[in-house]
Amino acid sequence: MLNKNLVIAGRTFNSRLFTGTGKFSSSELMEEALLAAGSELVTVALKRVDVADAEDDILRHLSHPQFSLLPNTSGVRTAKEAVFAAQLAREALETNWLKLEIHPDPKYLLPDPIETLKAAEELVRLGFVVLPYIHADPVLCKRLEEVGVAAVMPLGSPIGSNKGLLTREFLEIIIGQSKVPVVVDAGIGAPSHAAAALEMGADAVLVNTAIAVAGNPVAMATAFKMAVEAGRMAYEARLAAPVAHAEAVASSPLTAFLD
Amino acid sequence: MSFRPIFEAQPWDDVKASIYAKTAADVERALAAPHRTLEDFKALISPAAAPYLEQMAQLSHQLTRKRFGNTVQLYAPLYLSNECQNICTYCGFSLDNKIARRTLSSVEMLQEAAVLKDWGYDHVLLVTGEANVTVGVDYLEKALRTLRPHFAHLSMEVQPLDQADYERLISEGLNTVLVYQETYHRDDYRKHHPKGKKSNFNYRLDTPDRLGRAGIHKMGLGVLIGLEDWRTDCFYTALHLDYLERTYWQTKYSLSFPRLRPAEGLLQPKVEMSDRELVQLICAYRLLNEEVELSLSTRENPVFRDHVVKLGITSISAGSKTNPGGYAVAPESLEQFEISDERSPAEIAAMLRRQGYEPVWKDWDATLVGLPR
Repeated sequence: MLNKNLVIAGRTFNSRLFTGTGKFSSSELMEEALLAAGSELVTVALKRVDVADAEDDILRHLSHPQFSLLPNTSGVRTAKEAVFAAQLAREALETNWLKLEIHPDPKYLLPDPIETLKAAEELVRLGFVVLPYIHADPVLCKRLEEVGVAAVMPLGSPIGSNKGLLTREFLEIIIGQSKVPVVVDAGIGAPSHAAAALEMGADAVLVNTAIAVAGNPVAMATAFKMAVEAGRMAYEARLAAPVAHAEAVASSPLTAFLD
Repeated sequence: MSFRPIFEAQPWDDVKASIYAKTAADVERALAAPHRTLEDFKALISPAAAPYLEQMAQLSHQLTRKRFGNTVQLYAPLYLSNECQNICTYCGFSLDNKIARRTLSSVEMLQEAAVLKDWGYDHVLLVTGEANVTVGVDYLEKALRTLRPHFAHLSMEVQPLDQADYERLISEGLNTVLVYQETYHRDDYRKHHPKGKKSNFNYRLDTPDRLGRAGIHKMGLGVLIGLEDWRTDCFYTALHLDYLERTYWQTKYSLSFPRLRPAEGLLQPKVEMSDRELVQLICAYRLLNEEVELSLSTRENPVFRDHVVKLGITSISAGSKTNPGGYAVAPESLEQFEISDERSPAEIAAMLRRQGYEPVWKDWDATLVGLPR
């Protein structure tokens, strides 16, 4: 019997759709879209908010009981910088949850596996609930699991690319062998991509660009909500196996001797 | 390892001839390409691309929206000094302009900063002339220390410095350096910069390499449009960017395309670039490079800025004063150039919102590099 709810670090989520806060045309629209998404975990870049300002425009629009904030370290380039930023985020936003992002390459924002593993180990030791953004690298996921991260967040395709699950083969391996929840993060560009990730058995997805840059972000957020729910329901209902080959075998020459 | 051998391997006249030889077929190939090369870029900035401007604009708009979303960043220049030891034929700060010079004290910097903070700014671009004795690294370090508690993002457009100087300033919170080659045409460069340290073409050309080695977070490149054939000059900008991105892959890049503006004692532009051509260039830069930031200053007029913001621009200045003390301390001091768009930051922010963009005032934090604010 599958557990219908997602649990990360002891916290239960009804929604398996995590969301980002960048690229919206206004904070009001962001708020409306994230509410429509039914999201309960919302990631916010430290570089975009003024944690010292109680009236910060983004934070003000995220102050809903249903939203838990997941500060992210986008902008740091090393483990050392990530640990420093995480400690500030914990103090300022009063949460020990952290989306660990270390992408020294500002062009494609691809994660640095070496610095990420180093930072994850240190942050876990410091009492953080760490959700690292990483390549769809099954071995790295196991290594991160061993140092105590709360979930892994492998990418579906390059961040912001909307190209979907280009790493599907590796995501399947990760999902198949992970002991912590798997959240597919980055590259999900359509509700069908999100549904496919949940159908595969991913525990959740994180979506930002596909909602923020849609023609109607609120409607798109609703579509994602429905897709994630449908994908999970399909996974739990156990998909019918695809037919392996198109042509039926007319006879059984190798086993005919048994007749 | 530096850009110079790559630059030397591409003689100006050959590059220019190859740009002007591009055909409609080259442009169509470039438009259809999934990943565009520098040869494609030549086609897109060539005269042959003029009839394809609408198509380029549509593509540029889509690509920019996909990468940067519905946001445009806002920044303001803060001129610290108009002292300068160079003679530049196009600049109001030129040494041979016999006009009162001014360098802000720390107290004056804070007075200027207060105005920008009131307007909502969290990103300032610190600008000086080139006077190494009075406005050298010590002064710049003092400026960063004075202003860092007040701004999330500090950029600089000052004289080229040595690598060690950049390292020192980066440790004080410097995030971005803009350094424009002005023109990649050696002979013309010499003509426009006859005196002062700036007359050293190679030292300036090597500056992005020194910045990259120093570990700068972001650097801005560009040429001053009007000094030379803009298509050729901008090809070298793209060539430079291509080399830098491959070499200093942890650095972010931005491009600017300032057109010569009137200033005290100035020459007339040798080359006029029309509005259509500037739009062509902006779109070509975006089609070549989906991730590079494109910045538009108040040199351009309001109507042009309002329309072009949708075509690839990712950051914009507003309410700018180009003289030291221009915001509060000494409004009448010598300007570097006259601006064309005099609207306030609030008006620019409202214009952006009307067009469906969120004005972003803050997109960096010193804490990300381990510095307290």
